[in-house]
Amino acid sequence: MKRILALVLVLVLALALFGCGGKANEPSKTPGGTDQPGKPAEGGSIKIGLLGCITGEYAQYGIAVHNGAKLYINKVNAEGGVNGKQIEIVEYDDKGDGTEAVNAFTRMVDNDGITALIGSVLSGATIAVVSEAYPIGMPMISASATAAGVTYNEDTDTVFSNVFRVCFIDPFQGEKMAHFAAEVLGAKTAAVIYETGNDYAVGLKDAFVKAAQEIGISVVADEGYSKGDKDFRSQLTNIAAKNPDVIFSPNYYEDDGMIVTQARQVGVTGTFLGGDGWAKVTEYASAADLEGSYYCSAYAPGSTDAVKQFEADYAAAYNGETPNMFAALGYDAAVVLVDALKAAEAKGLTAGTDEYKAAVIEAMKNTSAVGVTSQYSFDEFNNPIKDAVIIKITDGKEVFDRMF
Amino acid sequence: MSVLSMIVSQLINGLQSGSVYALIALGYSMVYGIIMLLNFAHGDIIMVGAYIVWVTMSVLGLPPAVGIIAAVAGCTLLGVIIEKVAYTPLRKSPRLSLLITAIGVSFFLQNIAQLIIGAGSKTMPAIVSGPNLYIGSVNLSFVAIVTIVVSLISMAILTILVQKTKMGKAMRAVSEDMGTAQLMGISVNKTISFTFAIGSALAGIGAVLYSCAYPQASPTMGSMLGLKAFVAAVLGGIGSIPGAMIGGFAIGILEAFVSAVGLSVWKDGVVFAILILVLLIKPTGIMGREIKEKV
Amino acid sequence: MKKNTVHIPMPIRYLINAAAIAAIYLIISALSSAGVITNYYTKILILICINIILAVSLNLVTGYLGQLPLGHAGFMAVGAYASGIFMRAVSGSMPTGLAVFLSLILAAIVAGIFGFIIGIPALRLKGDYLAIITLGFGEIIRVVLLNIDSVLGFNFTYGAASLKNIPKTTTFTLAFICVVVVCFLIHTMMKSRYGRAILSIRENEIASESCGIRTTYFKTMAFVVSAAFAGVAGSLYAGYLGILNPANFGFMKSIEILVMVVLGGMGSMIGSVVSAAVLSALPEVLRAFADYRMVAYSLLLILVMIFKPSGLMGTYDFSFTNLIGRLIGRISGKRTARKESAE
Repeated sequence: MKRILALVLVLVLALALFGCGGKANEPSKTPGGTDQPGKPAEGGSIKIGLLGCITGEYAQYGIAVHNGAKLYINKVNAEGGVNGKQIEIVEYDDKGDGTEAVNAFTRMVDNDGITALIGSVLSGATIAVVSEAYPIGMPMISASATAAGVTYNEDTDTVFSNVFRVCFIDPFQGEKMAHFAAEVLGAKTAAVIYETGNDYAVGLKDAFVKAAQEIGISVVADEGYSKGDKDFRSQLTNIAAKNPDVIFSPNYYEDDGMIVTQARQVGVTGTFLGGDGWAKVTEYASAADLEGSYYCSAYAPGSTDAVKQFEADYAAAYNGETPNMFAALGYDAAVVLVDALKAAEAKGLTAGTDEYKAAVIEAMKNTSAVGVTSQYSFDEFNNPIKDAVIIKITDGKEVFDRMF
Repeated sequence: MSVLSMIVSQLINGLQSGSVYALIALGYSMVYGIIMLLNFAHGDIIMVGAYIVWVTMSVLGLPPAVGIIAAVAGCTLLGVIIEKVAYTPLRKSPRLSLLITAIGVSFFLQNIAQLIIGAGSKTMPAIVSGPNLYIGSVNLSFVAIVTIVVSLISMAILTILVQKTKMGKAMRAVSEDMGTAQLMGISVNKTISFTFAIGSALAGIGAVLYSCAYPQASPTMGSMLGLKAFVAAVLGGIGSIPGAMIGGFAIGILEAFVSAVGLSVWKDGVVFAILILVLLIKPTGIMGREIKEKV
Repeated sequence: MKKNTVHIPMPIRYLINAAAIAAIYLIISALSSAGVITNYYTKILILICINIILAVSLNLVTGYLGQLPLGHAGFMAVGAYASGIFMRAVSGSMPTGLAVFLSLILAAIVAGIFGFIIGIPALRLKGDYLAIITLGFGEIIRVVLLNIDSVLGFNFTYGAASLKNIPKTTTFTLAFICVVVVCFLIHTMMKSRYGRAILSIRENEIASESCGIRTTYFKTMAFVVSAAFAGVAGSLYAGYLGILNPANFGFMKSIEILVMVVLGGMGSMIGSVVSAAVLSALPEVLRAFADYRMVAYSLLLILVMIFKPSGLMGTYDFSFTNLIGRLIGRISGKRTARKESAE
């Protein structure tokens, strides 16, 4: 009996798989699928992919990016779409895993026939997708993949011409904060504490240490911790013993909050510096502990009218939630992409064709779209050219300090 | 800071995290001792406990005492429900099937928590607060003292429970030989449920202490914590109550000192390497009993 | 049942099996060239192949030898990195076919060596202690891959930044061939003297030792072979994804592989194959459920275990030729029965 039940279960699953297979094959037969130039897009809509980790450990970043992107696209659709065509979002989850990301992306291309992709959220997953997207010339823009390797292959010295991003790259932030420490804070000694398995944290830390040494800050302590650790007292006790002027903690905000709190407990008195992962850190540590810390960001909450409008729209769409930097960057990624779609539509091309994709890439390369955080233009590595915002934490608030 | 006070500080760091590991390791060890199951869901019970504290205190705004009671009661109940629903039907199955069920339960709790509460961490309110203690130049935080004291008391109570009460005797009998215990008129089902209840209650206490020391709750917080506690239980000799305590403290102190000597990057690797060395020298863990195999 | 089975002689059995495998391959490749199987499905099929190799190789130690290692992902990682580093180094300077072949061999050898180094101490322990010691080794491999560059002073594994731009050489054909070869090798091994020794250790280690079986030797051998095949899977994975990060090979990956083996039925090769295929496809099938899919996955895991604790297939091993033999037997049996009744 049980064996029969188990077999039935397996059969149902197998059928479901083939069922999906049957269904999924339809789009490739219908016009608007990939590599079928010259045929009109179905129903006058433009399909774009939205890929990121909306479940799993890093889901909070993925969900924020997706919410931001959807906010803008829904707004565009409500206003009549692009050239009268509605933008259809194909949203998939990759759990932050490269394998899942590649599968989901291939599915978007083969079965859903997307024209462009917003994604992915984490650098590792994005790089995995890039290796699939580059050969087929799929326009791609990431809101939050900060690793240098996302748009540039250092081995062959080639830029992935189809890949863009609206966030800073890791080395940029690390260098910025080292210079900020030396030039603004007059720091002579520094310590770093970072998550060892996290490419983002390691990338920022490496750049910071390199720049610090070049400009004459001595790095007196180099401490790592591993994913899931909540106790940093041992490492911080080491740092406290060296009494550095600044402590660079380029991790995600939840860990940073905990690190700052525990650092004050074990007697670390230096100024804390962080990267853009710090946004929202004030919810995770007390005002007194965070007082006087700085981080660099792409987004300053409540700074301009556009930002205030964005915050109000976001709150209205998502149960009164306050958007973080990831949501703002998700929104901006959608802005840049939609702007490029408009350019491609203006040329009278058909969505889904290779010419259309090339036109979207071309338009993104020369973009001057204005997003929430900045006006965008891209450098030769397809990274955005924009200044870092330095945020200072005073009285438990993340306050715009200066552009740097 | 002098070298001595540095060593003492690190020792206290280690004792603090070690006492939480020890409490959780106890739950692993007790359940293992009685039904030979590596209860992978144990770490996730702590996660649920932490969320209960968060809900009662931050969302409902109730006083800390209510939060603590709710967390311990909630974890106990959850532990028993998991045992009845997922483990009891598999009592006679191969042990590995039970293990996979435990993994399934662990995944389930993590994902359901994420679905209901969201993936981001929630900040916990302060449950206890008090002045820091200074001994010379060594700074002893109030939370650290509370954590260490409460876990020592819980372990003492547990030891009395297992050694002196009738139920404790039944637990020991069932873990020794389930069949014979049943023949002697011990209700095996009741005893196993009771073991789960005690183990989960300890997890509840662990959750509260963990929330005091590291005021964040996230859906995946239990997995790494559970793994470390599991390692601690094995290091101490799985199935042994004093072993779990020693293992927990050993892992905590070991981690602190590996970081202290500047090897923080290699911390996990070194901890596991020492674990392997201990197991190779004494294959049943520090306090484990050598069971001679009958031929 | 027994008497109705026609015994098919060995060479013909091989022929039939080879024909069946070739037929499966031809059908899939015909479907894919006809465009029915798109790039997306090919990707999933490759993933299924990789997971089948992982499950079947772990089954050798878990199912047949009766041990519980929790560090299988570590061997996969070693194979993947060995192959990835090799492919990056030789890319362009060697014909791709040869490079891929060498990378597979290299991955198997390196992973096998690690299996030997880890197996010797680990196999002295039993049961859950063996589980925890292999888990420990798996984690150490991950930590070393993460931090080795700072010791070496040059970029070797690229640590957390990931080993990128590995040539994407894994095709379905290659993965399929590897599955067939691995399954064939394990199958023949289990039918040989070595296999019987391994099974006897599972049943009773002390008794088999008293029968003169060198238990340490056979345990280590099974462990090394299993590790080597995991390395092959890792090599395919490297060529499939093109980017490697130590975080991909953590404790959870080992658990994932173990789930495949146990769900399929311990000691059943067909069980491992089927459950690896189902579990690899499952997350993709459940995509429609979006937020609920991981909940559904975990519930399914619990339910299957509750209703079918010995795994989907138990210890049943499917034999295509036996099935044919039985079919022939039944048909001819009916014929003789009819003849008898006619008379």
